[in-house]
Amino acid sequence: MSDTAADPRLLRAPPKKGIRLSWADERLRAIVWQILVLGVVFGIIGWLVSNTQHNLEVRRIATGFGFLSREAGLPVAESLIPYSPTDTYSRALLVGVLNTLKIAVVGVILATIIGTLIGIARLSKNWLLSRIAAVYVEVVRDLPLLLQLLFWYAILQGLPGPRQALHPMEGVFLSNRGLKLPWIQWQDAHSFALLGFVLGIVITVLYARAAKARQMADGQPRRVWPAALGLILGLPVLIWAGLGAPWTGDIPALRGFNFQGGVTVTPEYFALLVGLVMYTAAFIAEIVRAGILAVAKGQWEAAEALGLQRGLIMRKIVLPQALRVIVPPMTSQYLNLTKNSSLAVAIGYQDIVSISNTTLNQTGQAIEGIAIIMAVYLTISLSISLFMNWYNSRIALVER
Amino acid sequence: MADIAAEASAPRPVADAALAPRRPPLLQVGPLAWARANLFSSWISTAVTLALSYLLIRWTVGFIDWAFVKAIWSVPVTPQGAQTQACRALAGSGACWAVVTEKHRFILFGTYPYEQHWRPALVCLLFVGLYIVSAMRRFWRPALALVWLATLTVIGILMWGGVLGMPYVPQERWGGLVITLILSTFGIAFAFPLSILVALGRRSKMPAIKMLCVVYVELIRGVPLISLLFMASVMFPLFLPEGINIDKLLRAQIAIILFAAAYLAEVVRAGLQALPRGQYEAADALGLSYWQKTGFIIMPQALRLVIPPLVNTFIGFFKDTSLVLIIGIFDLLTAGKTAIVEPAWQGFGIEIYVTVGAIYFVFCFAMSRYSQNLEAELNRHRVR
Repeated sequence: MSDTAADPRLLRAPPKKGIRLSWADERLRAIVWQILVLGVVFGIIGWLVSNTQHNLEVRRIATGFGFLSREAGLPVAESLIPYSPTDTYSRALLVGVLNTLKIAVVGVILATIIGTLIGIARLSKNWLLSRIAAVYVEVVRDLPLLLQLLFWYAILQGLPGPRQALHPMEGVFLSNRGLKLPWIQWQDAHSFALLGFVLGIVITVLYARAAKARQMADGQPRRVWPAALGLILGLPVLIWAGLGAPWTGDIPALRGFNFQGGVTVTPEYFALLVGLVMYTAAFIAEIVRAGILAVAKGQWEAAEALGLQRGLIMRKIVLPQALRVIVPPMTSQYLNLTKNSSLAVAIGYQDIVSISNTTLNQTGQAIEGIAIIMAVYLTISLSISLFMNWYNSRIALVER
Repeated sequence: MADIAAEASAPRPVADAALAPRRPPLLQVGPLAWARANLFSSWISTAVTLALSYLLIRWTVGFIDWAFVKAIWSVPVTPQGAQTQACRALAGSGACWAVVTEKHRFILFGTYPYEQHWRPALVCLLFVGLYIVSAMRRFWRPALALVWLATLTVIGILMWGGVLGMPYVPQERWGGLVITLILSTFGIAFAFPLSILVALGRRSKMPAIKMLCVVYVELIRGVPLISLLFMASVMFPLFLPEGINIDKLLRAQIAIILFAAAYLAEVVRAGLQALPRGQYEAADALGLSYWQKTGFIIMPQALRLVIPPLVNTFIGFFKDTSLVLIIGIFDLLTAGKTAIVEPAWQGFGIEIYVTVGAIYFVFCFAMSRYSQNLEAELNRHRVR
């Protein structure tokens, strides 16, 4: 680089000096402070580690993750994958992780839907509706989640037994054994239909993109929804019908002292789901409300002045702007719901915390047990934040 | 007909018409108009109002019936235990408040010696007094820290006893509401200063210190509080040299402090970031040292900005202290849950949880209202 081309601002940069060995030099002080703090922190950590090693030796506690391949011998009430007590600890922990994901995924979806509805209800022009929504939000947010979980669990346990089960409609039973729902007997045709459904969604997304690209090119809007309907609904139905349209209901019925058939939602899962969803929905409602209020009224008026229809205004003008305000706090609510699902241990739903806890009690390896819990939650938290950050950057305002 | 038409067209006596005040149209002002605008503005709104009123009335009547009309307030207690047959006969159609009547001392004070219950009761009042004093803006001055120190010392003396003629009560016997208040108050008292240091550290220019604070905050915020409490209850004893034993309550308290500090640090950091750069530069221009700048210029303004979210975080912690139930510490919720373990009282969980919930609600609702008022007050200069 030649001197003549130098940026005049660069010339004003202070000349680089070496660090003076004096307390008056800020950089020297910074280095000394950092060395001191790091020294103290690592000293404490080292002291704790050496204590721990000593204690483990004295108490003859094994270390390492060798126990993972041993037989667990711990019964698990509900599992998404085949599991028996003779399986290994690693499989039991996998069952726990899946159970955590089962509650977290369903909980996030339901809480988003219900929370959004309550948030919109709070903004309703109907006084009674908005007051009820406000009272709900205030009450639910001021009670500990654990208390709410215990409350719902107590209510479910107080329900009558299978013989006197509540029976609101055909094939649905609510008793102290949980919720029984009808299901279909799963056959290959259903799996293929499901595959067709997923395929339909993928093709629709690709088609919609192509249609949008062509609209951008020639300005002609193209109808996507007839094709979308045919692909997403028609394709699976066609596949299902082509394979002989099997349809055998698996309807629960009372036999003896318990129910046979159907799918069961256990009281533990049900209480946990209801508690988590109702609690998180109250927080989500506030976020949605704040997001919608954050869009200036002028935006509505300007869009109306352009002659856009109400639905179009909501979809193209208001929602994209509200989402920018909504998404970041929503991310932390999703993370909270996932972390709060660990309260399952209090009502006996066997999630990863519950199973790790049993494992550490059986093996006595506390450090490994807690490390597993923390690793699982850190992974889930990180994945959710990465996904939501990606989504957030997609919808963020593109500034010049 | 003709008469009326004639009268209408006839010139009226002007004075009368001008003087007699006419009533405004019924549907323009007053309660009817309000109802029309806010409850029956369209047919959908009308349908929603009617459906909601029906449900509301039905549930209110049902609740009053359960909680008051059919409720049983006390049952005879014989040497064999409480006779709860009357309650069982209700089969859930009425509340059995007898369980609360019988167990309220246990729920509030745990297994603290019965004759000494005035001590935890006084402690609860002291805590509430401390909260009220701290909430008043006219007491927001450095001396408040001394008030806290003095009150917490008095609370310690009252709880432990052993002096002034009060018998010594070991920590294992403390329980109930007092534990909830101790865990949350001491938690905030220690977590708050720690969080300020961490927030400053996270914005520091020194890379090693910044890294340390980032790792601490993100690690704690990434895991549930339960895992920290488990760590405190089963892993912590392994960390210490042999022979040193720290009480379980203190261990849980440390876990809560570390947890709270990470979350509070993020709130404080938001305040630091919201402060205009000019404030930092002006302080530098005055030649203030880092700590002078932070203590006199930056912190007072940054904290003021984040008071409402700080109070919301406090509400969160007050509720989160209930998680110590899982490691078996005797707080308000655990005491409530334990009260119904006795066979005679089994199955009356709903009554207990409603009562315990009401206690939590009073504290959290007060804080929440306070935070809303404060926010409005602090923002008054912005709203014209």
